[in-house]
Amino acid sequence: MEKKYWQSIEENQPDYKPQPEESGASTMEILTNETNSKSTSRRDFLKWCGISFFSATVISACENPVKKAIPYLNHPETITPGIASYYASTYAEGNNYCSILVKTRDGRPIKIEGNSLSPFSMGGTSAQVQASVLGLYDDGARYKYPVKDGEKTDWETVDADIVSALDKAAEDGKKCFMVTPTLVSPATEKVLQELTERFPALEIITWDAISYDSIREAHQQTFQQSIVPDYHFEKADLIISFSADFMGTWLAPVTFSNRYSTKRRVSDNNKSMSQHIQFEAGMSLTGSNADIRVPVKPSDELLIIMELYNEMAALTGNPVFSSPASEYDTKALASKILNNKGKTLVVCGHNNLKAQILINGINHMAEAYGQTIDGGKPLNLGKANAEGLTNLISQAEMGEVAAVMFYKSNPVYNYQRAEELKTALDKVPTKMTFASAKDETAQLCNYILPDNHYLESWGDAMPKAGSYSLMQPAMQPIFNTRQFQAGALSWLGKGADFHSYIKESWRSDMFPTQNQYADFDQFWINTLQAGVFEVSTNTVFTPALETIAISDALSVLKNQLNNAGSVQFMVHQNVALTDGSNANNPWLQELPDPVTKITWDNFAALSPKFATDHSINEGDLLTINGLTLPLAIQPGQAYGCISVALGYGRTNAGKSADNIGANAFRLLNDKSFPWNVDAWEKSGSGYEFARTQTHHNMEGRDIVRESTLDKYKESSKAGNEVRDYHLKHMSTLYPEQEFKGHHWALMVDLNACSGCSTCVIACQAENNIPVIGKEEVKNRRIMHWIRLDRYYAGDLENPTVLHMPLMCQHCDNAPCENVCPVSATNHSHEGINQMAYNRCVGTKYCINNCPYKVRRFNWYKYAMNDKFDYNMNSEMGRMVLNPDVTVRERGVVEKCSFCIQRIQEGKLQAKAEGRKLKDGDITPACMQACPSGALVFGDLNNPESKVAQLIKDPRNYHLLEEIHTLPSVGYLTKIRNPKA
Amino acid sequence: MITSSIRWPMVGAEKTSKEITNELLAPNESKIPVWWYIGMTIGTILLAYGGWAFYMSFTVGLGTWGLTNSVAWGWDIINFVWWIGIGHAGTAFTIFFLVFRQHWAASINRTAEAMTVFAVMCAGLFPILHLGRPWLVFFIFPYPNTRLLWVNFNSPLLWDVFAISTYLLMSITLWYFGMIPDLATMRDRAKNKISKTLYGFFSMGWNGSMITYRRYETLTKILGGMAAPLVISVHTIVALDFAVSILPGWHTTILPPYFFVGAIFSGFAMVLTIMILMRNVFKITDFITEKHLDAIANVLKFGSLVIGLAYVIEMFIAWYSGMNYEMYTFLNARATGNFSLAFWTMVFCNALAPQVFWFKKARKNIIILFIVSIIINIGMWFERYIILISSLAEDFLPSSWTGYTPTLVDIGIFAGTFGIFISGMLLFIRYIPIIAINEVKANKKGGN
Repeated sequence: MEKKYWQSIEENQPDYKPQPEESGASTMEILTNETNSKSTSRRDFLKWCGISFFSATVISACENPVKKAIPYLNHPETITPGIASYYASTYAEGNNYCSILVKTRDGRPIKIEGNSLSPFSMGGTSAQVQASVLGLYDDGARYKYPVKDGEKTDWETVDADIVSALDKAAEDGKKCFMVTPTLVSPATEKVLQELTERFPALEIITWDAISYDSIREAHQQTFQQSIVPDYHFEKADLIISFSADFMGTWLAPVTFSNRYSTKRRVSDNNKSMSQHIQFEAGMSLTGSNADIRVPVKPSDELLIIMELYNEMAALTGNPVFSSPASEYDTKALASKILNNKGKTLVVCGHNNLKAQILINGINHMAEAYGQTIDGGKPLNLGKANAEGLTNLISQAEMGEVAAVMFYKSNPVYNYQRAEELKTALDKVPTKMTFASAKDETAQLCNYILPDNHYLESWGDAMPKAGSYSLMQPAMQPIFNTRQFQAGALSWLGKGADFHSYIKESWRSDMFPTQNQYADFDQFWINTLQAGVFEVSTNTVFTPALETIAISDALSVLKNQLNNAGSVQFMVHQNVALTDGSNANNPWLQELPDPVTKITWDNFAALSPKFATDHSINEGDLLTINGLTLPLAIQPGQAYGCISVALGYGRTNAGKSADNIGANAFRLLNDKSFPWNVDAWEKSGSGYEFARTQTHHNMEGRDIVRESTLDKYKESSKAGNEVRDYHLKHMSTLYPEQEFKGHHWALMVDLNACSGCSTCVIACQAENNIPVIGKEEVKNRRIMHWIRLDRYYAGDLENPTVLHMPLMCQHCDNAPCENVCPVSATNHSHEGINQMAYNRCVGTKYCINNCPYKVRRFNWYKYAMNDKFDYNMNSEMGRMVLNPDVTVRERGVVEKCSFCIQRIQEGKLQAKAEGRKLKDGDITPACMQACPSGALVFGDLNNPESKVAQLIKDPRNYHLLEEIHTLPSVGYLTKIRNPKA
Repeated sequence: MITSSIRWPMVGAEKTSKEITNELLAPNESKIPVWWYIGMTIGTILLAYGGWAFYMSFTVGLGTWGLTNSVAWGWDIINFVWWIGIGHAGTAFTIFFLVFRQHWAASINRTAEAMTVFAVMCAGLFPILHLGRPWLVFFIFPYPNTRLLWVNFNSPLLWDVFAISTYLLMSITLWYFGMIPDLATMRDRAKNKISKTLYGFFSMGWNGSMITYRRYETLTKILGGMAAPLVISVHTIVALDFAVSILPGWHTTILPPYFFVGAIFSGFAMVLTIMILMRNVFKITDFITEKHLDAIANVLKFGSLVIGLAYVIEMFIAWYSGMNYEMYTFLNARATGNFSLAFWTMVFCNALAPQVFWFKKARKNIIILFIVSIIINIGMWFERYIILISSLAEDFLPSSWTGYTPTLVDIGIFAGTFGIFISGMLLFIRYIPIIAINEVKANKKGGN
């Protein structure tokens, strides 16, 4: 027993009661009531520890900001919080068309998916389509209300002004112009038709920044049919493309990618594929996929076309005209084409009438019409009239123009004679734009009458004859904007209701063409739900060649070639920005160019040899015909040709686009094709590009395993022989994990993947991936969860290009998992390598130990940070965020999750419906977006699943399988068909 | 008493105990010299720079560093390993010389141990600082919690946590324990009340009795025995951070012994640097004699041979493995590629330069000794640079190969740790006897 010390005599009396210390019970009492004994007990110590830890926790935890979630007062019937609704709609901006599904959560669109019901776009999307949802929330660039002379105004005033201006112009005998691009919407065209009838002074100018009018005109001249035919790459055994980037930007890339890929897939059952020959100056996405790629500068390309025509004419007994000789063996090519009669497709990407006429001749002799080229159901594109704007300028100079309206067109930026247009516009008293977001033309307009974003609009589209689709709003207009067509209807006195108009128009035009539905409302609702509607047309296109057009084309081209200079330039659209109308979309700006891997920039691409010969280096600044651009050395670029991407150099588009790159539309001026470089000089050096890949050589490693069709025909394992060795020798002593339930896997068909990078943007939209800006890309910190590696092989002047999509490989023996000290990354029992963001402390060990380098680190706070002033820095921009995916904090590691939220959603859905999960129930964002179906996701444990079939393909291999990481992602070898 | 060529007298001249005490306490008892203030100013400036860099890392994020998606460890871990290496020598000195009865080392122990303590403190900063969310550093300790979260004992980083914290605690204990008799001397000679109280407190009532000494000696040996495996474990485990990974250039079994030898090597070089400075500044050449320096130089020579051998073996194994990734890392990236300058600097500094110590003249020449000791520490820094950056920057998939450039913040953090080290060492030499007086007195004749 403890020795007791006493203070007073009283204490030792038997009836002694200690004095209470304080009368009121204090919280500290529990801590003090045992301290009467002199030593501190273990319990006291623990109590003190407890209270100090508790207070430390409380103090450190009280900083979290409170965010309020406000419930619906009146709950809308159709919305279940937490469950996404999908609306079928249509994306049709510029030349881009896609039938889409808009995913909305709690009333706001957050993601665009392809509509697989569409026979035209076939469920595919493009990077622009995926990124377009961000434009909806671009509060920095979108116009929020109608503006008259710089002042906010209302729609009634505007309407009255427009009607009186148009009527007054008619009285004064002056002209009014409306500039629109080629419209694929029949209803809009109808509205415009009515407008011109009601207002005789109004003239519509159809003008495209990137025009395909020469294809239409060439068909007019050669076959007396003004059409842009549809091209069926899936029917062609031999595809010859002259500078047509048909998988990237040309005509209908989404459709063409899909069609092209069907003829490129090989399997044990089908060991045949098309052959693709590409003639081009710059290395395009399509060219990088070609079996044989011939880098030629544009003038030589024309030579080859001319000579090819003549060679074929000679072989088929058609009249031969004189043409200069080219250096290419066109004779062999001509006989190759003729050996593939009816199975050849020749396309040309130059918007040059004479070249297109010759291409028509070649296709005609190759008997492509009716086989690989469909003239019966032509594309609804290329309706621009090249003379329209010239006419506008001259009339405006004479003071004859009372008003100009710009609908979806921005000629001050992308018209080649923009300077003349600007001066001419000074003389026009009333200038209106219907731009929904800031642009250069709007700067000069005294009326800004903002159109809705397409996700807030009604509309329809006819991308090709007989194929229709509907556009429906996925949300109410965010700002005080009004759909252009609704405005036009109100000028006609019909009330601003385009919805009813379009419905009536479909009632009269579409409803009678079908016999499935007897009731229009039924028809309308079902079509609206499906998004697409097909009308069978049996227009027969019978081509009869006009040889006069050919001989004329040949002689004109011959003259043009006389002026061809030794150094020429080519402008092209790049896959991310195309014509530049979406330039203020930071996702697209940060999308690495599929070939150069440069982000946030355009540049002058030059061949390595040309650069060496002229002692210029990458990063030098070149001034070409007065336009200064940084130089990028591009393997495969034609010698003597400088390629420049359009779409950059915006000056009034918004914070993400302004002053990024240079405006290559300025190079065009009034030049005739081929475009000569009159003067170029080095005007600086040391420019640094923001590239996401800087090493382009595989260093002899079997990363992309490839082979040729001939070898593949001999053995299905061609190019993949090493796999057997790895499987046999590279194994482990430890038992491998078994997956009893699902075992998720993804297969990538390298033959179907074109490298178009749509998946990158789809993933970015789905998984809330931040944009980090040019400087941080330079620091090699891009956040994309899926990337496309691109390697060059062979000759520097004409390399083979290999694309490889790379996402987290979800290794079943993952090197990242065992090195994390806090187990923040671990393996699920379904084979998924998962990240617990809130457990991650950010040691970055997993990043180092990942052999695929697919892990990403939040180097900064990317959301709500003024230093990263992109979509995540504004309340409105953040509305695009997917509520199913966490926005990651600074300092945590993130990576591809196989869209775990979609897997979960699919499983819950199946469970709710009381059924087993089917193959195809779950599609990750990348797979959903892919226009060519190169990615297949599924359950390996389901023998019926497509992925379980594909993984047995002898072409299947795993990346770096020699280090035995056991990835869940498999690749199918790349097979090319380069046979001469 | 045995005298032999390897058990030479520790004190250069015949001195009485009193003389020894007076001479060895002179740095503590004399007026603070000007250079001390200058040194302190430099240390403080470096600390301020480091403070800014720490602040940036904590508040803005690791984006302020030069790291990339591929090179996710850079100067942080290079400097961590470098400091840990330096932090090796002190304890190694005490332990191994205690075990091998090399009593001459007694006059160097104290400083070497101080160096260890400050170096490990510097090193210990990096693992915390390099976290993406350093405020959650407690996640890496296995503490019981209601969420049933547990750490991953498979991860070498977790082993690091234990290895380093144990080593730091052990080093501090050993250092502090060894200085208790001297602190008592200081207490006895203290002239003002504050120092008397402080030294009195820290000397824990040392009375210099025989029994105290006996207990003290026993405990020294027990502590030494406990610390010996820690010396080996700490750097071995740091090496396992790399060896357990799968990266070419990291995934090699040679790394643990190689790191250990490298650590001893760099630690001894740093000891040499500091000893030369101290013996010249404090004129204690009688206590840190040329023989001491000669012995350290011989150790360095031996270390250099082992390190050189390790380099050769690494190369050979890379080639012998037949793995193209390994071969690329060693033969291309390191020896001939983007990292060849750093690589050959490393080879020169670590494997070649110390070979000059085969010459007795070089071992006797203070200037050469000093320069080579600095060269070795530069070389050892490059060794860590080579191992880290070359393996990360050019690993399996060439698509993700990146460069690596440190930023001002990276440099600032390194400078800051130098600030800690310099000011720590300066405070140490001012307020604590830099040489274990009691040990010197006990061993002044050499041997025992």
